[in-house]
Amino acid sequence: MDFDLMITSFPKLLGATVVTLKLLSASLFFGLFLGLLFAILRLNKNIFINKFAYGYSYIFRGTPLLVQIFIIYFGLGQIEYLRTTFLWVILKEPYWCAIIAFTLNTGAYTSEILRSAFQTIKPGIIEAGKSLGISNKIIFYKIQIPIAIRQSLPAYGNEIILMMKGTSLASTVTLMDLTGVAKYIISTTFKPIEVFIVAGGIYLFMTFIIHNVIKYLEKKYSFQQ
Amino acid sequence: MELLAFGKTGWGDELFYATLMTIAVSITAMLVGFFFALIFTPLKLSKYKTLNLVGNFYTTVIRGVPELLVIYLFFFGGSGAIMYVASIFGYYEYIEINAFVTGSMAIGIISGAYSTEVFRGAIQSIDKGQFEAAKVLGINKFGQFYKIILPQMLRLAIPNLSNVWQITLKDTSLISVTGLVEIMRQSYIAAGSTRDPLFFYSFAAVLYLLLTYVSMKLINKLEVKYSRGY
Repeated sequence: MDFDLMITSFPKLLGATVVTLKLLSASLFFGLFLGLLFAILRLNKNIFINKFAYGYSYIFRGTPLLVQIFIIYFGLGQIEYLRTTFLWVILKEPYWCAIIAFTLNTGAYTSEILRSAFQTIKPGIIEAGKSLGISNKIIFYKIQIPIAIRQSLPAYGNEIILMMKGTSLASTVTLMDLTGVAKYIISTTFKPIEVFIVAGGIYLFMTFIIHNVIKYLEKKYSFQQ
Repeated sequence: MELLAFGKTGWGDELFYATLMTIAVSITAMLVGFFFALIFTPLKLSKYKTLNLVGNFYTTVIRGVPELLVIYLFFFGGSGAIMYVASIFGYYEYIEINAFVTGSMAIGIISGAYSTEVFRGAIQSIDKGQFEAAKVLGINKFGQFYKIILPQMLRLAIPNLSNVWQITLKDTSLISVTGLVEIMRQSYIAAGSTRDPLFFYSFAAVLYLLLTYVSMKLINKLEVKYSRGY
């Protein structure tokens, strides 16, 4: 066991954690909106809109994240037309490509989580709102969404952790995130176990924090207070 | 379409074999995972705190650390670890493990952590009376598990195991970084030599979708089979 390597690699890995956290927070932020949008589309009665939303979540949940990143990073650059538009400013950066892929991916999972949360809301609650003369729009924003968010907290917490692990794939498109730096140190020192312990420890610590924050929120927003 | 032709002109046959490789790795990894689950589920359900701790350590660490990091650990550390063990037995030559073994071991250990959780949940949700009734009837421990608990447990576990299968199948794409020629690696090679990444990666996505679709259909059949009588 090479403790010196563990100590010297720790600050480097910690610096890379910032990249991981940036990727994670950006994709979760955009992904939540995308997920909410597609969850609402899924509940739409129009069959085409419904099927479109289902298709989106089916495709992104049925293919590996790695394929999605590669299509966006390597694939989209191939389209000549795209290179002439302003989108190219974004799509030529691996950082933004990774965020787009993560957003689309987490959006698909989030839409499923929110959809099932919306569907488990008892019709009586909505009817109660209606009989009080509250408009549909306000019922949706003030009653359905808060209940759905509370319902989906445990599942969404898992999704955050899965996404945190997913950001490690950013290292395949040349980004130096936690896993990227860990791989670099491993391949230069050939000490995989030491680096794994330090990098894995940082990931576990983040998992631990996320897990506890979600648990706190669950408790805070539980129905029985 | 010419790009997908079989034979020397296209990538059809290469991608076909790569798909078979993906299936082979996924199944091997899933079985390796079951083997790990077989060891760690009893540990997690054990009365002894120390054994619980070991079981929890395994599932927490593996499920909290990115798959890619675990794969790098195996890829760079695998042959070193094997050589270390071999040196204890007095064998000092260089040993290289092939990518298939490394890959299925790494994915298997990840898949095992998820399977362990599934089996633990399924066993815990079986009514306690079932265990007691089996005991009262004088069925031996082996029979208790295989004839009473396992059939009931499988019914509860299959829907969740199908999720584990999906995760495992998709995780195999990550072992392309070790150079094993499965769908992802083959698409990477094809994309590099034809300069058509959009087509080949999209085709890879279609292959993965096809695999998940077909396996879901098959698992649904299993589910129906095991929930007869409910």
